[in-house]
Amino acid sequence: METNIALHKYCVRIADTSLILAQRMCEWCGHGPVLEEDIAMSNMGLDLIGQSRGFYSYAAKLEGKGRTEDDIAYFRNEREFLNRCIVEQPNTDFAYTMMRSFLHGCLSYLQFRTLVNSKDDTIAGLSEKALKEMTYHVRHASEWIIRLGDGTDVSHDKVKDALENLWQFTDELFEMDDVDQSLIKSGIACDLSLLRAEWDQMINEVFAKAKLERPVGGYQSKGGFNGTHTEHLGHLLSEMQYLPRAYPDAIW
Amino acid sequence: MPFGKMGASTPITTDAIWNLLKQIPDPEVPAINIVELGVVRDVIFSEDASGVEVVMTPTYSGCPAMKVMEDDVKEKLSSEGLDVKIRIVYKPAWTTDWMSEETKAKLKAYGISPPPKLTFEHLHPLSSVKNAEVMCPFCDSKNTTLTSQFGSTACKALHFCDNCHQPFELFKCH
Repeated sequence: METNIALHKYCVRIADTSLILAQRMCEWCGHGPVLEEDIAMSNMGLDLIGQSRGFYSYAAKLEGKGRTEDDIAYFRNEREFLNRCIVEQPNTDFAYTMMRSFLHGCLSYLQFRTLVNSKDDTIAGLSEKALKEMTYHVRHASEWIIRLGDGTDVSHDKVKDALENLWQFTDELFEMDDVDQSLIKSGIACDLSLLRAEWDQMINEVFAKAKLERPVGGYQSKGGFNGTHTEHLGHLLSEMQYLPRAYPDAIW
Repeated sequence: MPFGKMGASTPITTDAIWNLLKQIPDPEVPAINIVELGVVRDVIFSEDASGVEVVMTPTYSGCPAMKVMEDDVKEKLSSEGLDVKIRIVYKPAWTTDWMSEETKAKLKAYGISPPPKLTFEHLHPLSSVKNAEVMCPFCDSKNTTLTSQFGSTACKALHFCDNCHQPFELFKCH
Protein backbone atom coordinates (compact mmCIF):
# COMPACT_ATOMS: atom_id res chain seq x y z
CA MET A 1 0.00 0.00 0.00
CA GLU A 2 1.25 3.45 -0.86
CA THR A 3 2.50 5.14 2.29
CA ASN A 4 0.55 8.38 1.95
CA ILE A 5 -2.75 6.60 1.39
CA ALA A 6 -2.13 4.32 4.35
CA LEU A 7 -1.00 7.20 6.52
CA HIS A 8 -4.06 9.21 5.61
CA LYS A 9 -6.37 6.37 6.63
CA TYR A 10 -4.38 5.75 9.79
CA CYS A 11 -4.75 9.39 10.87
CA VAL A 12 -8.47 9.48 10.05
CA ARG A 13 -9.04 6.38 12.19
CA ILE A 14 -7.34 7.99 15.18
CA ALA A 15 -9.08 11.33 14.60
CA ASP A 16 -12.54 9.79 14.14
CA THR A 17 -12.19 7.78 17.34
CA SER A 18 -11.22 10.91 19.29
CA LEU A 19 -13.92 13.07 17.71
CA ILE A 20 -16.80 10.65 18.25
CA LEU A 21 -15.81 10.11 21.88
CA ALA A 22 -15.51 13.89 22.26
CA GLN A 23 -19.05 14.32 20.98
CA ARG A 24 -20.31 11.75 23.49
CA MET A 25 -18.43 13.38 26.39
CA CYS A 26 -19.80 16.80 25.47
CA GLU A 27 -23.36 15.42 25.48
CA TRP A 28 -22.94 15.44 29.26
CA CYS A 29 -22.54 19.21 29.29
CA GLY A 30 -25.26 20.53 31.59
CA HIS A 31 -26.28 17.00 32.62
CA GLY A 32 -23.37 15.85 34.81
CA PRO A 33 -24.17 14.20 38.14
CA VAL A 34 -22.30 17.00 39.96
CA LEU A 35 -20.84 20.25 38.65
CA GLU A 36 -17.21 19.09 38.91
CA GLU A 37 -17.90 15.99 36.82
CA ASP A 38 -19.89 17.98 34.30
CA ILE A 39 -16.87 20.24 33.86
CA ALA A 40 -14.49 17.28 33.81
CA MET A 41 -16.34 15.57 30.98
CA SER A 42 -16.47 18.70 28.84
CA ASN A 43 -12.78 19.25 29.56
CA MET A 44 -11.95 15.77 28.36
CA GLY A 45 -14.19 16.26 25.35
CA LEU A 46 -12.21 19.37 24.51
CA ASP A 47 -8.89 17.51 24.76
CA LEU A 48 -10.27 14.85 22.42
CA ILE A 49 -11.52 17.42 19.91
CA GLY A 50 -8.07 18.98 20.00
CA GLN A 51 -6.46 15.61 19.31
CA SER A 52 -8.80 14.92 16.42
CA ARG A 53 -8.14 18.35 14.90
CA GLY A 54 -4.42 17.66 14.80
CA PHE A 55 -4.85 14.30 13.09
CA TYR A 56 -7.55 15.57 10.67
CA SER A 57 -5.38 18.50 9.63
CA TYR A 58 -2.51 16.16 8.92
CA ALA A 59 -4.82 13.79 7.02
CA ALA A 60 -6.14 16.70 4.97
CA LYS A 61 -2.60 17.75 4.13
CA LEU A 62 -1.59 14.22 3.08
CA GLU A 63 -4.69 13.93 0.93
CA GLY A 64 -3.85 17.18 -0.88
CA LYS A 65 -7.38 17.87 -2.09
CA GLY A 66 -7.65 21.19 -0.34
CA ARG A 67 -10.11 19.89 2.24
CA THR A 68 -9.96 21.21 5.79
CA GLU A 69 -10.29 19.40 9.11
CA ASP A 70 -13.93 20.58 9.23
CA ASP A 71 -14.71 19.16 5.79
CA ILE A 72 -13.50 15.76 6.91
CA ALA A 73 -15.35 15.88 10.22
CA TYR A 74 -18.67 17.25 9.02
CA PHE A 75 -19.16 16.12 5.45
CA ARG A 76 -18.78 12.37 5.59
CA ASN A 77 -21.47 9.76 6.21
CA GLU A 78 -21.42 6.98 8.78
CA ARG A 79 -19.91 4.32 6.51
CA GLU A 80 -17.01 6.69 5.90
CA PHE A 81 -16.27 7.09 9.62
CA LEU A 82 -13.45 4.85 10.78
CA ASN A 83 -13.72 5.09 14.55
CA ARG A 84 -13.68 2.14 16.91
CA CYS A 85 -17.29 1.23 17.74
CA ILE A 86 -16.86 1.46 21.51
CA VAL A 87 -16.70 5.27 21.40
CA GLU A 88 -20.02 5.66 19.57
CA GLN A 89 -21.94 3.72 22.24
CA PRO A 90 -24.46 5.95 24.03
CA ASN A 91 -23.63 7.54 27.38
CA THR A 92 -26.44 5.54 29.05
CA ASP A 93 -25.41 6.52 32.59
CA PHE A 94 -22.33 7.80 34.37
CA ALA A 95 -20.97 4.31 35.11
CA TYR A 96 -21.33 3.38 31.45
CA THR A 97 -19.58 6.56 30.33
CA MET A 98 -16.67 5.97 32.70
CA MET A 99 -16.31 2.33 31.67
CA ARG A 100 -16.27 3.31 27.99
CA SER A 101 -13.61 5.96 28.67
CA PHE A 102 -11.59 3.51 30.72
CA LEU A 103 -11.55 0.57 28.28
CA HIS A 104 -10.80 2.80 25.31
CA GLY A 105 -8.56 5.20 27.26
CA CYS A 106 -6.12 2.51 28.42
CA LEU A 107 -5.53 1.44 24.82
CA SER A 108 -5.37 5.03 23.59
CA TYR A 109 -2.80 5.85 26.28
CA LEU A 110 -0.64 2.86 25.31
CA GLN A 111 -0.98 3.64 21.61
CA PHE A 112 0.10 7.27 21.96
CA ARG A 113 2.92 6.25 24.28
CA THR A 114 4.24 4.05 21.47
CA LEU A 115 3.57 6.59 18.72
CA VAL A 116 5.70 9.19 20.51
CA ASN A 117 8.58 7.28 18.88
CA SER A 118 6.97 7.13 15.44
CA LYS A 119 9.31 7.82 12.53
CA ASP A 120 6.71 10.26 11.26
CA ASP A 121 7.48 13.54 13.06
CA THR A 122 3.94 14.91 12.91
CA ILE A 123 2.45 11.76 14.39
CA ALA A 124 5.15 11.68 17.05
CA GLY A 125 4.47 15.31 17.99
CA LEU A 126 0.68 14.99 18.09
CA SER A 127 1.05 11.81 20.13
CA GLU A 128 3.35 13.40 22.68
CA LYS A 129 0.67 15.99 23.36
CA ALA A 130 -2.20 13.49 23.39
CA LEU A 131 -0.32 11.13 25.69
CA LYS A 132 -0.27 13.65 28.52
CA GLU A 133 -3.98 14.22 28.16
CA MET A 134 -4.89 10.53 28.01
CA THR A 135 -2.90 9.98 31.20
CA TYR A 136 -5.30 12.34 32.98
CA HIS A 137 -8.36 10.79 31.33
CA VAL A 138 -7.42 7.24 32.29
CA ARG A 139 -6.62 8.28 35.85
CA HIS A 140 -9.99 10.01 36.13
CA ALA A 141 -11.95 7.06 34.69
CA SER A 142 -10.05 4.41 36.66
CA GLU A 143 -10.69 6.19 39.95
CA TRP A 144 -14.40 6.25 39.18
CA ILE A 145 -14.45 2.57 38.17
CA ILE A 146 -12.93 1.72 41.55
CA ARG A 147 -15.26 4.03 43.46
CA LEU A 148 -18.36 2.75 41.71
CA GLY A 149 -17.34 -0.92 41.68
CA ASP A 150 -16.35 -0.91 45.34
CA GLY A 151 -19.22 1.40 46.30
CA THR A 152 -22.85 0.57 46.99
CA ASP A 153 -24.80 -2.36 45.57
CA VAL A 154 -26.46 -0.01 43.11
CA SER A 155 -23.22 1.57 41.86
CA HIS A 156 -21.56 -1.85 41.65
CA ASP A 157 -24.42 -3.26 39.58
CA LYS A 158 -24.37 -0.29 37.21
CA VAL A 159 -20.65 -0.43 36.53
CA LYS A 160 -20.80 -4.24 36.21
CA ASP A 161 -23.63 -3.90 33.72
CA ALA A 162 -21.59 -1.34 31.76
CA LEU A 163 -18.58 -3.66 31.66
CA GLU A 164 -20.63 -6.63 30.48
CA ASN A 165 -22.26 -4.58 27.73
CA LEU A 166 -19.13 -2.83 26.52
CA TRP A 167 -16.89 -5.88 26.64
CA GLN A 168 -18.04 -6.93 23.16
CA PHE A 169 -16.20 -3.90 21.72
CA THR A 170 -12.83 -4.60 23.31
CA ASP A 171 -11.28 -6.99 20.78
CA GLU A 172 -11.97 -4.37 18.15
CA LEU A 173 -9.66 -1.95 19.93
CA PHE A 174 -6.78 -4.14 18.76
CA GLU A 175 -8.00 -4.80 15.23
CA MET A 176 -5.46 -4.09 12.50
CA ASP A 177 -5.24 -4.51 8.73
CA ASP A 178 -2.84 -3.84 5.85
CA VAL A 179 -2.94 -0.11 6.63
CA ASP A 180 -1.34 -0.79 9.99
CA GLN A 181 0.95 -3.53 8.71
CA SER A 182 2.48 -1.40 5.98
CA LEU A 183 3.07 1.49 8.38
CA ILE A 184 4.43 -0.75 11.12
CA LYS A 185 7.07 -1.94 8.65
CA SER A 186 8.21 1.63 8.07
CA GLY A 187 8.28 2.43 11.80
CA ILE A 188 5.39 4.89 11.60
CA ALA A 189 2.47 3.00 13.14
CA CYS A 190 2.15 1.06 16.33
CA ASP A 191 1.64 -2.70 16.50
CA LEU A 192 -1.50 -2.94 18.66
CA SER A 193 -1.03 -6.66 19.29
CA LEU A 194 2.08 -5.82 21.31
CA LEU A 195 0.00 -3.64 23.62
CA ARG A 196 -2.55 -6.27 24.58
CA ALA A 197 -0.62 -7.70 27.53
CA GLU A 198 -0.12 -4.32 29.14
CA TRP A 199 -3.73 -3.32 28.47
CA ASP A 200 -4.84 -6.55 30.18
CA GLN A 201 -2.60 -5.76 33.11
CA MET A 202 -3.98 -2.23 33.45
CA ILE A 203 -7.62 -3.24 33.41
CA ASN A 204 -7.03 -6.27 35.65
CA GLU A 205 -5.36 -4.05 38.23
CA VAL A 206 -8.30 -1.66 38.31
CA PHE A 207 -10.98 -4.36 38.19
CA ALA A 208 -9.36 -6.13 41.16
CA LYS A 209 -9.59 -2.91 43.19
CA ALA A 210 -13.13 -2.32 41.91
CA LYS A 211 -14.23 -5.88 42.80
CA LEU A 212 -15.30 -6.44 39.23
CA GLU A 213 -14.94 -9.67 37.35
CA ARG A 214 -13.55 -9.52 33.90
CA PRO A 215 -15.99 -11.05 31.39
CA VAL A 216 -14.82 -14.18 29.58
CA GLY A 217 -15.62 -15.05 25.99
CA GLY A 218 -18.87 -13.93 24.39
CA TYR A 219 -19.63 -12.20 21.11
CA GLN A 220 -17.16 -9.62 19.83
CA SER A 221 -18.29 -6.87 17.47
CA LYS A 222 -15.75 -5.75 14.88
CA GLY A 223 -15.25 -3.59 11.84
CA GLY A 224 -15.66 0.03 12.98
CA PHE A 225 -12.24 0.99 11.66
CA ASN A 226 -13.41 0.05 8.18
CA GLY A 227 -16.79 1.76 8.42
CA THR A 228 -19.06 -0.96 9.79
CA HIS A 229 -20.80 0.60 12.76
CA THR A 230 -23.50 0.02 15.33
CA GLU A 231 -26.85 1.77 14.90
CA HIS A 232 -25.81 4.57 17.27
CA LEU A 233 -23.29 6.33 15.04
CA GLY A 234 -25.84 7.60 12.51
CA HIS A 235 -27.90 9.27 15.22
CA LEU A 236 -24.79 10.86 16.71
CA LEU A 237 -23.69 12.21 13.33
CA SER A 238 -27.12 13.61 12.52
CA GLU A 239 -26.83 15.83 15.56
CA MET A 240 -23.11 16.59 15.29
CA GLN A 241 -23.21 17.45 11.59
CA TYR A 242 -26.56 19.24 11.51
CA LEU A 243 -25.33 22.80 11.57
CA PRO A 244 -22.56 22.65 8.96
CA ARG A 245 -24.80 20.61 6.64
CA ALA A 246 -27.79 22.94 7.03
CA TYR A 247 -25.62 26.07 6.78
CA PRO A 248 -22.48 25.03 4.88
CA ASP A 249 -21.11 28.55 4.78
CA ALA A 250 -21.47 29.22 8.48
CA ILE A 251 -18.32 30.51 10.10
CA TRP A 252 -17.52 31.83 13.57
CA MET B 1 16.61 42.16 9.70
CA PRO B 2 13.19 43.73 9.19
CA PHE B 3 12.51 47.37 9.80
CA GLY B 4 9.59 48.19 12.01
CA LYS B 5 7.56 51.37 12.05
CA MET B 6 9.42 52.61 15.11
CA GLY B 7 12.22 53.99 12.99
CA ALA B 8 13.31 52.97 9.54
CA SER B 9 16.93 53.43 10.47
CA THR B 10 16.95 50.94 13.34
CA PRO B 11 16.28 47.33 12.48
CA ILE B 12 14.11 45.42 14.93
CA THR B 13 16.09 42.88 16.88
CA THR B 14 14.98 39.44 18.00
CA ASP B 15 15.14 40.69 21.58
CA ALA B 16 12.76 43.51 20.73
CA ILE B 17 10.27 41.01 19.29
CA TRP B 18 10.50 38.86 22.40
CA ASN B 19 9.85 41.99 24.48
CA LEU B 20 6.76 42.78 22.42
CA LEU B 21 5.52 39.22 22.88
CA LYS B 22 6.03 39.56 26.63
CA GLN B 23 3.44 42.34 26.58
CA ILE B 24 0.74 39.85 25.52
CA PRO B 25 -1.11 38.39 28.52
CA ASP B 26 -2.36 34.81 28.67
CA PRO B 27 -6.07 35.32 27.86
CA GLU B 28 -7.17 32.92 30.59
CA VAL B 29 -4.57 33.75 33.24
CA PRO B 30 -3.71 37.40 32.55
CA ALA B 31 -1.28 37.53 35.49
CA ILE B 32 1.35 35.96 33.27
CA ASN B 33 2.29 36.61 29.65
CA ILE B 34 2.42 34.13 26.79
CA VAL B 35 6.21 33.92 26.87
CA GLU B 36 6.17 33.06 30.57
CA LEU B 37 3.45 30.48 29.86
CA GLY B 38 5.90 28.81 27.50
CA VAL B 39 3.81 28.70 24.36
CA VAL B 40 6.18 30.87 22.30
CA ARG B 41 9.01 28.58 21.26
CA ASP B 42 10.99 30.62 18.77
CA VAL B 43 11.18 33.82 16.78
CA ILE B 44 12.72 33.52 13.32
CA PHE B 45 13.31 36.26 10.77
CA SER B 46 12.57 35.30 7.19
CA GLU B 47 15.59 34.99 4.88
CA ASP B 48 14.79 38.11 2.92
CA ALA B 49 14.17 39.90 6.23
CA SER B 50 10.69 40.94 5.15
CA GLY B 51 8.90 39.25 7.99
CA VAL B 52 9.04 37.25 11.13
CA GLU B 53 7.86 33.76 11.97
CA VAL B 54 6.68 33.05 15.50
CA VAL B 55 6.80 29.40 16.47
CA MET B 56 4.15 28.45 19.03
CA THR B 57 3.00 25.27 20.76
CA PRO B 58 -0.39 24.69 22.38
CA THR B 59 -0.72 23.97 26.10
CA TYR B 60 -3.49 21.40 25.58
CA SER B 61 -4.55 19.98 22.19
CA GLY B 62 -7.98 21.56 22.44
CA CYS B 63 -7.12 24.73 24.32
CA PRO B 64 -9.64 27.34 23.09
CA ALA B 65 -7.28 30.14 24.10
CA MET B 66 -4.74 29.10 21.46
CA LYS B 67 -6.56 30.89 18.64
CA VAL B 68 -6.85 34.03 20.79
CA MET B 69 -3.12 33.91 21.51
CA GLU B 70 -2.28 33.49 17.82
CA ASP B 71 -4.51 36.44 16.92
CA ASP B 72 -2.95 38.54 19.70
CA VAL B 73 0.56 37.81 18.41
CA LYS B 74 -0.43 38.72 14.85
CA GLU B 75 -2.08 41.92 15.98
CA LYS B 76 0.78 42.96 18.24
CA LEU B 77 3.55 42.41 15.70
CA SER B 78 1.55 43.69 12.72
CA SER B 79 0.96 46.92 14.58
CA GLU B 80 4.74 47.30 14.64
CA GLY B 81 4.76 47.05 10.88
CA LEU B 82 5.96 43.47 10.75
CA ASP B 83 4.75 40.76 8.42
CA VAL B 84 3.90 37.93 10.82
CA LYS B 85 3.55 34.23 10.24
CA ILE B 86 2.67 31.73 12.94
CA ARG B 87 3.85 28.16 12.87
CA ILE B 88 2.42 25.62 15.31
CA VAL B 89 4.66 22.83 16.55
CA TYR B 90 3.73 19.91 18.80
CA LYS B 91 7.17 18.66 19.68
CA PRO B 92 8.58 19.03 22.25
CA ALA B 93 5.19 18.98 23.97
CA TRP B 94 4.48 21.91 26.25
CA THR B 95 5.21 21.24 29.89
CA THR B 96 4.66 23.25 33.05
CA ASP B 97 8.28 22.45 33.92
CA TRP B 98 9.23 25.26 31.50
CA MET B 99 7.77 27.85 33.87
CA SER B 100 10.33 29.82 35.82
CA GLU B 101 10.16 30.32 39.58
CA GLU B 102 9.34 33.97 38.91
CA THR B 103 6.35 32.97 36.77
CA LYS B 104 5.16 30.54 39.42
CA ALA B 105 5.36 33.33 42.01
CA LYS B 106 3.14 35.48 39.78
CA LEU B 107 0.56 32.70 39.57
CA LYS B 108 0.55 32.33 43.34
CA ALA B 109 0.13 36.07 43.85
CA TYR B 110 -2.82 35.90 41.45
CA GLY B 111 -4.45 33.20 43.61
CA ILE B 112 -3.58 30.13 41.55
CA SER B 113 -1.42 27.44 43.10
CA PRO B 114 1.58 27.02 40.74
CA PRO B 115 2.29 23.65 39.12
CA PRO B 116 4.56 21.30 41.07
CA LYS B 117 7.45 19.56 39.32
CA LEU B 118 6.42 16.60 37.18
CA THR B 119 6.84 13.35 39.07
CA PHE B 120 6.58 9.66 38.28
CA GLU B 121 2.98 9.66 39.54
CA HIS B 122 1.91 12.35 37.09
CA LEU B 123 3.14 10.30 34.15
CA HIS B 124 1.43 7.06 35.11
CA PRO B 125 -2.32 6.89 34.66
CA LEU B 126 -2.96 4.31 37.36
CA SER B 127 -0.99 6.00 40.10
CA SER B 128 -2.89 8.40 42.29
CA VAL B 129 -1.94 12.06 42.52
CA LYS B 130 -4.38 12.65 45.35
CA ASN B 131 -1.63 12.64 47.94
CA ALA B 132 0.69 14.94 46.04
CA GLU B 133 1.52 17.99 48.12
CA VAL B 134 -0.39 21.02 46.87
CA MET B 135 0.06 24.34 48.61
CA CYS B 136 -2.83 26.73 49.19
CA PRO B 137 -1.95 30.01 47.43
CA PHE B 138 -3.70 32.00 50.16
CA CYS B 139 -2.34 30.62 53.45
CA ASP B 140 0.56 28.41 52.24
CA SER B 141 -0.85 25.38 54.05
CA LYS B 142 -0.27 21.97 52.52
CA ASN B 143 -3.34 20.62 54.27
CA THR B 144 -5.38 20.62 51.06
CA THR B 145 -7.72 18.22 49.25
CA LEU B 146 -8.24 17.56 45.56
CA THR B 147 -11.84 18.31 44.58
CA SER B 148 -11.55 17.57 40.86
CA GLN B 149 -8.74 17.01 38.40
CA PHE B 150 -10.57 19.24 35.94
CA GLY B 151 -11.34 22.90 36.53
CA SER B 152 -12.53 26.06 34.82
CA THR B 153 -9.92 25.73 32.07
CA ALA B 154 -8.10 22.71 30.65
CA CYS B 155 -4.92 23.64 32.52
CA LYS B 156 -6.35 23.86 36.03
CA ALA B 157 -7.61 21.48 38.74
CA LEU B 158 -9.89 22.27 41.68
CA HIS B 159 -8.65 22.00 45.26
CA PHE B 160 -9.87 22.94 48.72
CA CYS B 161 -7.76 24.23 51.58
CA ASP B 162 -8.61 22.45 54.81
CA ASN B 163 -6.72 25.07 56.78
CA CYS B 164 -8.22 28.38 55.62
CA HIS B 165 -11.32 26.74 54.09
CA GLN B 166 -10.92 28.39 50.71
CA PRO B 167 -11.48 26.62 47.43
CA PHE B 168 -8.64 27.32 45.02
CA GLU B 169 -7.30 26.33 41.61
CA LEU B 170 -4.08 24.50 40.90
CA PHE B 171 -2.25 25.03 37.61
CA LYS B 172 -1.97 21.36 36.67
CA CYS B 173 1.33 19.64 36.32
CA HIS B 174 1.60 18.77 32.67
